[in-house]
Amino acid sequence: MPDSSAIAHDAPEAGGIPHGEHPPYLRHHFASVEQQADTANFAMWLFLLTEVMFFGGLFTAYLIYRNWYYPAFVAGSHQLNVYWGTLNTLVLICSSFTMAMGVWCAQTRRRSGLVLCLILTFILGLGFLGIKTIEYSEKIEKHHVPGFHYSLQSFLDPDSDAAAKAAGDRPLPLDMARHTEVYFSLYFLMTGMHALHMIIGIGILGFMILRARAGAYTAGHTTFVLNFGLYWHFVDIIWIYLFALLYLISRHGA
Amino acid sequence: MSDTIVSLPDQSTARIPKDNFLTRENGLLSWLLTGDHKRIAILYLISITFFFFIGGALAGLIRLELLTPQADLMATDTYNKVFTMHGVIMIFLFLVPSVPATLGNFFIPMMIGAKDLALPRINLLSWYLYVIGGILVVYTMVSGGVDTGWTFTTPLSTHYVNTNVLSTGLAVFIAGFSSILTGLNFIVTIHKMRAPGMTWFRLPLFVWAHYAASILMVLGTPVLAIAIVLVALERTIGIGVFDPAKGGDPLLFQHLFWFYSHPAVYIMILPGMGVISEVISTFSRKRIFGYTAVAFSSVAIAVFGFFVWAHHMFIMGISNYAVLVFSLLTMLVAVPSAIKIFNWTFTLYKGSITFETPLLYAFGFMGLFTIGGMTGVFLGTSGTDIHLTETYFIVAHFHFVMVGGMLMAFLAGIHFWWPKMTGRMYPEKISQLAAVVTFIGFNFTFFPQFILGVLGMPRRYAAYPPEFQVLNVFSTAGATILGVGYLLPVLYLTWSLKYGAIAGNNPWQATGLEWQTQSPPLTENFTEIPVMDHEAYDYEWLERQQQAERNRDGQNPDRQKVKEVASAG
Repeated sequence: MPDSSAIAHDAPEAGGIPHGEHPPYLRHHFASVEQQADTANFAMWLFLLTEVMFFGGLFTAYLIYRNWYYPAFVAGSHQLNVYWGTLNTLVLICSSFTMAMGVWCAQTRRRSGLVLCLILTFILGLGFLGIKTIEYSEKIEKHHVPGFHYSLQSFLDPDSDAAAKAAGDRPLPLDMARHTEVYFSLYFLMTGMHALHMIIGIGILGFMILRARAGAYTAGHTTFVLNFGLYWHFVDIIWIYLFALLYLISRHGA
Repeated sequence: MSDTIVSLPDQSTARIPKDNFLTRENGLLSWLLTGDHKRIAILYLISITFFFFIGGALAGLIRLELLTPQADLMATDTYNKVFTMHGVIMIFLFLVPSVPATLGNFFIPMMIGAKDLALPRINLLSWYLYVIGGILVVYTMVSGGVDTGWTFTTPLSTHYVNTNVLSTGLAVFIAGFSSILTGLNFIVTIHKMRAPGMTWFRLPLFVWAHYAASILMVLGTPVLAIAIVLVALERTIGIGVFDPAKGGDPLLFQHLFWFYSHPAVYIMILPGMGVISEVISTFSRKRIFGYTAVAFSSVAIAVFGFFVWAHHMFIMGISNYAVLVFSLLTMLVAVPSAIKIFNWTFTLYKGSITFETPLLYAFGFMGLFTIGGMTGVFLGTSGTDIHLTETYFIVAHFHFVMVGGMLMAFLAGIHFWWPKMTGRMYPEKISQLAAVVTFIGFNFTFFPQFILGVLGMPRRYAAYPPEFQVLNVFSTAGATILGVGYLLPVLYLTWSLKYGAIAGNNPWQATGLEWQTQSPPLTENFTEIPVMDHEAYDYEWLERQQQAERNRDGQNPDRQKVKEVASAG
């Protein structure tokens, strides 16, 4: 391809900007602030791609087993509390909004606005985990955690279980009922892996709040906030998919 | 035509430049906290060599056990642990990071005219992750080992073995992240850090090959990570995703595992192919024939590589239709691989070839990789695969590709760039000898294993029927020769660090940007960012540059004098 006219990047003319004339956050191996920001942003998108592949393994497992054990997956999803799930979705979407506002504040150099947005995001993230804890404890009480204490009661005898009864479940044959354990394995794996990402995100948020108070992100160098925002939105999107797959699909099926 | 292209500076006056990346800072901390891609490459080179020799020693034990038909050197379960650790170390701690983390790390920024990789701290982090993974593997070995084979096949790994699956799994998980970060760094660097004028189709083919391999690292490795997480959770709390008793499917593990581990062989071989392109062009003084085709064949291998994984599972109970489709797709990978071999051959045709060590290793690569690749077609054909799989035929096949191919390429690259990395030449005669010894030892070791496989000797057993002994003795004898072939470079390369001839900037008269700087390079690689105004492998451009320099020096005798004084001082 004759592309000799294409010039790759805006490297400096002859030798670069002399030392001392560039902003302190420009690292030595970049030619310009734009190149540096561009690079960090691109790297973050690639990292998110690896995250997609990571969750992809779990989604694959979900799709296969859902096809194989459809009645068990429907009965399993009836055990999830769709009200808590919806509330949690709203909480996360709000946190994405506050995060996006945070990025805007950083870019427009509003320090107190940024701190406020980050704190709100932090609180909403914790709220999500709190609600998730309530949901998990419901599962533990009903012995729906896979392992030695797993109970098939709700699926063999739906009338004994309020949630199953409300959904109008009919008793599953024993071998299909046993496969509800696969459903709950995937439920805990997928939401647990998501919660782990939330915990990591909240940890980074705590660090960022301290740095933001010191004015680190409102002096023109917003890459860190921007990239963290991408991460936070990504974790949010994963939840949207989880909510649809685990709570909503086939809720009125079977 | 001269019989060598090596042009060294006058040894009586030449000096290693005082200021270079090795001397700029001193002390252990300046290495352990460095952001310099060249120093990180050296750190990688040392740690990778260390693990290579541990893995090699384990291979020696395997061959020693197989000298006799009885399982007499070690207990059979010890043998299982030895070949498992050999596989884990060689694949995750040597082959995957070998060329990318050392040569790639060192030379990609220099080849594209950048001062460093885009993310230096991530680069250092990836080395630390590699080291943590390595320490966990060593911990696994001293605390009892693991005996599942490097594939961690379920339900063996989840239910039936009592060995350290968890620590090995964690090691692979962490080493995997090291690989992801390296790949991510390369992609970002190649996209964003190229010098002015360095367009995609002026990139050296080494960079193209690493770009393709990086795509595989970034997309494949996370899937291995989740597969290992699932094995660990299955083993500890019994989640049942791979457990048939709970409705899970062990085959799902194999799909997830091979979705990474098949592309992983291209992660291993593609950077090696990049090395071969550089070496072949330099030592035949020609632009690579069909540059664009070779560049795109790297990308094609990466893309096709993602759609062939189930050929590892032909006898595992997947459907006949799946076998048919995956068999066909497997054959397709042969096309871009053959494009490379043909184009290298056409590059050599009518080139001014000189037989320095890197080219000898490259010839070894071409021959052995071709045999390894062609026997892969036997295995990709489902009919013959049913007979040959799980026999020594498979062992011979992947050792031809990985050891005969990749390791030869690694050694070719190490010799080729040694003058640039250290500023000194390796001793030519003994290294040529080492290349020949390696080639002979390799063939003695692994060719008999093809025959053993066809005769039906299964892999992964410590004992075998007595009629297979002759070929096994051949193989073990060859392994000792091979061992000598690998020890020699360690000895003479170490020797050359102090006593080797001063290499000068460009001993091979090569065209890459990395050769237009001092050896060893400055910490910031270039005194000023180069502007790329010619195509890759343009030997006429190099000649014009040198002619211009000679003219400048010739017209101005004072300048010549100044230069001599400067280089003497």
